[in-house]
Amino acid sequence: MADSPVVTVHDRPNSYIGRSVPRPNVQRLLHGRGTFTDDIKLPRMVHAAYLRSPFAHADIKSINADAAKAAPGVAGVFTGKEIAELCEPYVGVLTHLEGMRSPPQYPMAIDRARWQGEPVVAVVAETRAQAEDAVELVEVDWAELPAACDMSAALDADAPVIHEEYGNNLCWERIVDEGDVDAAFDQAAVVVEDEFTFGRHTGVTLEPRSIISSWDPSEEQLTVYMSTQGPHMLQAIFAKHFGLEEHRVRVICKDVGGAFGIKVHTYGDEIATAALTMLLKRPVKFIPDRMESFTADIHARHHTIKARMAVAGDGKILAIDFDDLTGIGPYSMYPRSSGIEINQVLNLTGGPYTIENYRARGRVVFQNKPLMCQYRAVGHPIATAMQEALVDHAAQALGMDVVEIRARNLIPDDAYPTKSVTGMLFDKLSHHAAKDKLLGMVDYAGLRADQETARESGIYRGIGFACMIEVTSPSPMFYGVGGAPISAQDGVTLRLDAKGNLIVASGVTEQGQGAEAVLSQVAATAVGVTPDKIKIITGDTEITPYGGGTWASRGTGIAGEAAAQAGHALRDQILEVAGIMLQSEPRKLDIRDNAVVDTDTGNERISLAEVGRVVYYRADTLPKDYQSELIATRHHVPKKFPFAFTNGIHCSHVEVDVDTGMVKLLNYWVVEDCGTVINPLLVEEQVRGGVIQGIGGALYEECLYSDEGQLLNGNLADYLVPMAAEMPDIEVGHVTSPNSDSELGAKGAGEGGTGGAPAAILNAVNDALLPLGARLTVNPMTPERVLRALGKTE
Amino acid sequence: MKPAPFNYAKPSSVDEAIALLGGDATLLAGGQSLVATLNMRLSAPDLLVDINGIGELSGISVDGGTVRIGALTRHRELERSEVIAAQAPLIAEAVPLIAHPAIRNRGTIGGSIAFADPAAELPACLLALDGAVEIAGSGGRRKVSAGEFFRGLYDTALEEGELITAIEVPVAAGNQRFAVEEVARRHGDYGMAGVMASVTVNGAAVEAARLVYLAAGGTPMLAEGAGAALAGNAIDEASIGAAQSALQDDLDPFDDMNSTAATKLHLARVMTERALKRIAGA
Repeated sequence: MADSPVVTVHDRPNSYIGRSVPRPNVQRLLHGRGTFTDDIKLPRMVHAAYLRSPFAHADIKSINADAAKAAPGVAGVFTGKEIAELCEPYVGVLTHLEGMRSPPQYPMAIDRARWQGEPVVAVVAETRAQAEDAVELVEVDWAELPAACDMSAALDADAPVIHEEYGNNLCWERIVDEGDVDAAFDQAAVVVEDEFTFGRHTGVTLEPRSIISSWDPSEEQLTVYMSTQGPHMLQAIFAKHFGLEEHRVRVICKDVGGAFGIKVHTYGDEIATAALTMLLKRPVKFIPDRMESFTADIHARHHTIKARMAVAGDGKILAIDFDDLTGIGPYSMYPRSSGIEINQVLNLTGGPYTIENYRARGRVVFQNKPLMCQYRAVGHPIATAMQEALVDHAAQALGMDVVEIRARNLIPDDAYPTKSVTGMLFDKLSHHAAKDKLLGMVDYAGLRADQETARESGIYRGIGFACMIEVTSPSPMFYGVGGAPISAQDGVTLRLDAKGNLIVASGVTEQGQGAEAVLSQVAATAVGVTPDKIKIITGDTEITPYGGGTWASRGTGIAGEAAAQAGHALRDQILEVAGIMLQSEPRKLDIRDNAVVDTDTGNERISLAEVGRVVYYRADTLPKDYQSELIATRHHVPKKFPFAFTNGIHCSHVEVDVDTGMVKLLNYWVVEDCGTVINPLLVEEQVRGGVIQGIGGALYEECLYSDEGQLLNGNLADYLVPMAAEMPDIEVGHVTSPNSDSELGAKGAGEGGTGGAPAAILNAVNDALLPLGARLTVNPMTPERVLRALGKTE
Repeated sequence: MKPAPFNYAKPSSVDEAIALLGGDATLLAGGQSLVATLNMRLSAPDLLVDINGIGELSGISVDGGTVRIGALTRHRELERSEVIAAQAPLIAEAVPLIAHPAIRNRGTIGGSIAFADPAAELPACLLALDGAVEIAGSGGRRKVSAGEFFRGLYDTALEEGELITAIEVPVAAGNQRFAVEEVARRHGDYGMAGVMASVTVNGAAVEAARLVYLAAGGTPMLAEGAGAALAGNAIDEASIGAAQSALQDDLDPFDDMNSTAATKLHLARVMTERALKRIAGA
């Protein structure tokens, strides 16, 4: 090793890469010592509550807040117009989504409310209870307007137009047309067609969105404590829209109780909370309650798709053609836009397969419902379920086994680098290896035999597969090129303290997913310390390197690589000064288990604590012409590929009670390839948690609306999230194709579970029902929808 | 989700509680429905009368042929009670289907009966067992049969100023057979459909059958036609089919978010078959 000066994280003698090291924050959280935003109490702090529109679409003719202003404890009552005077409006379009339009949006409704739940009046009081009491005293004179709620009718000529200046409710349309789709359909041995419906659902973070904003007029300093995924993005947004310099805005994100993409947007009630602290010059806390969260958090996933697939007699997929419609609420969400979900559907469908002919239309429409935006696995569940259901449908039409048809179409493992029909660049994927690994975990022949036997006694079991790709670790091609203040790069600073401990600061944030564990493992490995010597700092724009934060499964792939490179740099600094102290060449020294050692013998020469002591307290013993440094910052941004795609394959085994329509999940298997696995336990729990959120979409979760746009099930008794009792065991296997765009080789793993599960379960249910001639193309597959497919109810 | 301001009183006797009722007062027992409606500001009473300190309202006892269950008895106590398991096995089978352990630890039988949710298990059990409700008011105590207690959607024979002190059900007889069948979206959710079946047999034949359905109308629904179709017959395909057919007239389900009335009727028939087959096999 002495002859090999190039050191990577993969050849360290004390490596923590690939080990299920316990998370550094787990003891704190399990002891109840976490600090969530609501745990923070600032001096003179007051609490905000919002009066929200009870109508999906209504003019605000007048507001009388006199009684509310006089109510006990009330510090102030403010309308949308008053808030707008402090805050520039925002527009949620990305310039690279060509032709997208959305009007300026204000934090609160001004003259017209456009969805049930839009904030209309802010009330601030000494306690949240007093604020809620005073909200009830605000009188609003409403004039209800006809609403465009049903997205399928939003483009009809007689639909109410939400933004009159546009003439209709179209937000964006994109068309993809590759190859010769019509000719492919003409040649096909089999053409299958389906109409899919995916229900609107939401993220239901256990900890709701949470914010405390505090304005110090003496320094014109805005400090915001917030449960968020993107502190620097929010810093940029607060600064821009309140006309502040960015260094006068500090965003602090303590512990986060789940985010899933819900907490990475610009919410009017949060922006208004910043205005409230400026108006009152007191810290203002706003924690939406569960009922508010259902109408104020972003929703996602509502799509209707007409799709068809052309297949040759040998099972070869010749073409895919589909038309997708999604409703996004009355505005495109700022700054990520509400166009990315359908864009992903158009980009990713068919991605695992070699397909040459592809046509798709995606339309995004405005409607009078809460805004839709990016939620875990953005677009993937839709694209994968459509694609995989069509593949099963085609197999069925050809009389071919569902695994065999996939094997004949999956991109060969030796074809990389390559790209999909829609132009997605793939570095290295492993569809066939993953499929083979999965078939080693699943007794497929045994399940088929059991299926036959069970049917004889009226028990209907099904097996469903889903092959998929996942977008992770995006480059600036995702948002930056579209003009959004969203950084694709991230940074890590490592500092050795005087006792030989390692302080790690990063722009990514911890949402409970284990980002801090990954950073700790990589830094420990790269420098040569044990994880107990490491302190991780995240979630503070004032003290961490600039970075995008946590979304699109980017933390490990991007910040992990920055940690590796910063680790190498700090290691070089340590060895340089240690070499001077030891009168040895740095290249003959190494750092292992918190000590500088002889590379060849491994014998300890000097501890890192001693290095720290000398550097910080006895620099007089070092040469006069030498200045040591024990701090290094490195950044990383993906350069070779727009996205670090990963791949996976899922298998679901279900039993359908054909009399009640209930679906029982018997078993579930996943093989995924996220490149280098830093912490197998965390990857597997990401997969399991992701699958469970996918199960939510497949079987349970749906925001149900009245024709007038009233949410009918905005509470946790009526909105069904997946619960432990119904969940199957989920067995996870790995294939490893390292990311060639980094030394670490890691890609993301946060969303594949959610992306694949709806497809696998849909196929499993349809496989179970096949002998009965029933077929479902809707999510969630409620008992009633199953019974309807079986012809057992109206 | 903060409740509107309210006053609070915690009496230690039934008489004290009754004296506090009247006006805009609401009883707080287990609070598993009430506290949610308070927090959602769906109800905003002036006064909450917390009856959790009234010792005489708790406990399970047997007096001759009657099982007496104090109104404050928690679902969890029913679930663990040997008396209930032996003397009121229908209740023992139904209670684990009520929500989740944390809710069963607090929820009370009196609260469930007084709230009278048509999708809840205990009101349906009470009617299937042809039990009675003991009610105290300023004029003293009275007993109302289950059949007369449930009047309509969330509407009961409980008058203003009254509270439930106990529930009574007959001790199960040797020739009675019981079964509970319910289908819910998830464990612990309110059932989309369900039946509490109490069948008295005479050899192989049914002497009388009380089939009570939840989520099948404004109240727990006693299926008289289905009972009549079974009476005098053995439980077999024909009598099950006749009972299922009778449900068309016996039940009056309505559409809700999970399912249409037609689906509920279908599910009620499936539950009927499952319950009766289990009883026939027992």
